[in-house]
Amino acid sequence: MMALIVSNLPALQVALPIIAAPFCLILGRGAWAWALATIVSFVTFAISLALFASVYDGSIISYHMGGWAPPIGIEYRVDIVNAFVLLIVSGVAALVLPYAYRSVADEIPADRQPIFYTAFLLCVAGLLGVTITGDAFNVFVFLEISSLSTYALVASGAWRNKRALTASYNYLIMGTVGATFFVIGIGMLYMITGTLNMADLAVRIADHGDSSTLHMGFVFILIGIGLKLAMFPLHLWLPNAYSFAPSAVTAFLAATATKVAVYVMLRFMFTVLGFDFEFQADTLKLVVFPLAVAAMFAASLVAIFQDDLKRMLAYSSIAQIGYILLGLAFLTHTGLLASIVHLFNHAVTKGALFMVAGCFVLSTGTSSISSLRGVGRDMPWTAAAFVAGGFSLIGLPLTVGFISKWYLVQAALELGWWPVALLIMASSLLAIIYVWRVVEAVYLQPAPEGITRKEAPLSMLVPAWILVGLSIWFGVSASLTTTAASRAADALIGQSQILWQE
Amino acid sequence: MTDANALLLALAIPTVTMFLIAASGSRPNIRDGISVAASVATFAVVLRLLESVMDGARPSVTLIEVMPGLVINFAIEPLGMLFATVASGLWIVTAIYSIGYMRGAHEKKQTRFYICFALAIASALAIAFSGNLFTLFIFYEVLTISTYPLVAHKETPEARSGARVYLGILMTTSILFLLVAVIWTWNIAGTMEFRAGGILEGKIDPAYAPFLLAFFAFGIGKAALMPFHRWLPAAMVAPTPVSALLHAVAVVKAGVFTMLKVGTYIFGVGFLSKTGASDWLMWIAAASILIASIVALTKDDLKARLAYSTVSQLSYITLGMALANQMGVIGGSMHIVTHAVGKITLFMCAGAIYVAAHKTKVSELDGLGRKMPVTFICFTIAALSIIGLPPFAGAWSKWYLLLAAADEGQMALIAVLMLSSLLNVAYLLSISGRAFFAPARDRMAHSLDAAAAPSKGIEEAPLFCLIPICLTALGCVVVFFAVGGLYEYLLSIPILPEAAP
Repeated sequence: MMALIVSNLPALQVALPIIAAPFCLILGRGAWAWALATIVSFVTFAISLALFASVYDGSIISYHMGGWAPPIGIEYRVDIVNAFVLLIVSGVAALVLPYAYRSVADEIPADRQPIFYTAFLLCVAGLLGVTITGDAFNVFVFLEISSLSTYALVASGAWRNKRALTASYNYLIMGTVGATFFVIGIGMLYMITGTLNMADLAVRIADHGDSSTLHMGFVFILIGIGLKLAMFPLHLWLPNAYSFAPSAVTAFLAATATKVAVYVMLRFMFTVLGFDFEFQADTLKLVVFPLAVAAMFAASLVAIFQDDLKRMLAYSSIAQIGYILLGLAFLTHTGLLASIVHLFNHAVTKGALFMVAGCFVLSTGTSSISSLRGVGRDMPWTAAAFVAGGFSLIGLPLTVGFISKWYLVQAALELGWWPVALLIMASSLLAIIYVWRVVEAVYLQPAPEGITRKEAPLSMLVPAWILVGLSIWFGVSASLTTTAASRAADALIGQSQILWQE
Repeated sequence: MTDANALLLALAIPTVTMFLIAASGSRPNIRDGISVAASVATFAVVLRLLESVMDGARPSVTLIEVMPGLVINFAIEPLGMLFATVASGLWIVTAIYSIGYMRGAHEKKQTRFYICFALAIASALAIAFSGNLFTLFIFYEVLTISTYPLVAHKETPEARSGARVYLGILMTTSILFLLVAVIWTWNIAGTMEFRAGGILEGKIDPAYAPFLLAFFAFGIGKAALMPFHRWLPAAMVAPTPVSALLHAVAVVKAGVFTMLKVGTYIFGVGFLSKTGASDWLMWIAAASILIASIVALTKDDLKARLAYSTVSQLSYITLGMALANQMGVIGGSMHIVTHAVGKITLFMCAGAIYVAAHKTKVSELDGLGRKMPVTFICFTIAALSIIGLPPFAGAWSKWYLLLAAADEGQMALIAVLMLSSLLNVAYLLSISGRAFFAPARDRMAHSLDAAAAPSKGIEEAPLFCLIPICLTALGCVVVFFAVGGLYEYLLSIPILPEAAP
């Protein structure tokens, strides 16, 4: 029995949340649906841990769905790169669900909660599926599962603010455009090679060589994924979706959805299209690189002028995605390492901050920064969690943000691009400004007369503080994350012959 | 107790104190008692370490590996030991002084104040004991963050905007320049250890060395080198004990200390003087000395005047490093001590004047010397020490800096140092002059409070304020006579690379 479970772990990773999802609906009561979803998320996380442990040494698990061998059958392929991402997704899910109990109870009517948890589990399953699969078309299928459930989750913010509906609708349109581009791109790759298995694609594309169909396929995939991961300037869906979604959903999406999209991008750029492909390297250097720098500045500047805390954090996310893309566009080992380690670091940091924002929403009823004046006295733990998360966002030492900045700057300096190093630092100064606006309001401005705000409940504080704790722990002792990221970068580089700048 | 344990203990005491203070927040007497006791205990441990270091011990502890190859490491060498001794020693007097000041001035949120204060001292000691650049940078930032709540303490709009300038400049310089310099050093040298004779020689193209030095010199914003000095006057909105210990001793000295460390242990004095990489820095420092002194002359606010004086004096130490010879390093290090005792006295006097007479402006001090004779006598002693007149401490450090300038044959710099002393006379002694010799102004015009109070002969600040002032003023004299030992000690700062074993 045990051996059977162990040998089928890759399938269970995705199948478990998918199968559990309808049961949430059948259970019919909010609390029960929540309990089921939470237990499932814990088990899913345990599976991810097991998978991560078995590939940490660099081995690869190849699982054949239904026993059909690739390239005909669907292959699930776990290596250090996606095991790392699986860990992020399932780990954040396992923290967000306990958090969601009180937050969702406050924001969503009881009779709709089972549907909410169903959609949530489907979203988790979709994201895990995208990450684990080794089949290009399968990526599209799971991407749609996660996206469709995300639209529903964002729309469920409508009970707090009706604008969630338009936000979700916008996201639906943009997301569908992205998915369409993506599937067209895959279609073109299929046209050239006649296969959909990623490893097989890589081999056949390399045999096929350069062609304009390949160029088109690459561009369609880049734009499609660019929309999903909110690459500047394709980010327009993100601020509204994050601001109006229920707090628990925002915390989950901010920490995982864009990260998974980045993973897909890494996979396609380096594994599938990873041969000596000048067009791709040029696109990364001449298009993605400037866009990443633009995102770092434009989005941070916009974040400074937001009054809504969740919206501010949303813009900050766009800027942080800029860092991730920047590391990727360096096309060096250190750059890739910085990108991958920032996937984790930013997930932890932003997850924590959005959870804190959710605590503020629960106690004050709004996420406006001006309504947070003097809240440090009434909600000391929540406020302190914000400060710690904010430090990480800025990139101060002893937080994970510092580790990411360190490697990004090191990557820039290795290439001798010190102006880029200064730009990275300058954009983190903008982060100081938007974080400090909140810190000043929370601690240094007098509370409005006659209002006392209750500290958030433990069920919300504990998950938030776990993430804060992780952001400090892996900031003080980053050997585990950086080693994993370094091996992941090695794995991607090993599969690819793209021009590595040295 | 081994030296390594003593090192960790010296860092642990202020850290643990934070929690004790937080726990005893509701009982002010116990809280303040803990703060004083901790300062004494820390100083005792530091003295114990000083003794070992003077015997030639060089304890080193590695705590944790943050990233592959990057470790948090503490290692003591003479320069760091000196800074630690000064900071922890003056913590005692400030801890006592704080009790008198904070209660006398009826400040709020005193528990938060003492917690942040202890954290600031812990990080200053961690900076002093840093064994590599990476560790130093980490605690440099911790020090910035921990002092922010102290600067913003009053929570008034002025305090908020002052604190904003403070954080803004210190963060901007440290992240934009210092961190880049640190990573750059790591990239080219492959190590960040502080090593006698420096780690960069042969690793960096000498043509780039001045640029790297510039990243360091301007990145170390705490050294208040112009044009990044504005944070220091802005920080004067803080309660006076903060200005006294942190913005005359711990924070600013952490800055110039880092500067000296980088000069001697990263670049290496030999490398700097061979390549002339620091020549430009001499002139920036010299300009900083003169301009800040002139600005100080124009300030009517007592603490602002002292702040600009600090900016000017800090550049002496930067100058000592930039001169890149042994006398420069000795003069600079000695100035860390002499300026510390002098300036802390001046600030504590300013605080005493505020507590006793509610005066903050130089122009309001007329005749006050006759009401607060002890305070103003101490003020005058400290002022003379800053100016550099014997028999007060400041005379020696200026002397060695002059020797260093003479060694390099820089007559212009000698002139700058002399001119600066004259400017010091103008902006510091004029204060004592007014207080002692000018006739008291008509009180009605200034303060109803003072007018309502019956005129008494002596109106000094509380004893808790007065005693520390007398102690540090006495220190100004003692250091002058103890200089022989200090000079011997400073000679042990390794300048040349260690010979291969």
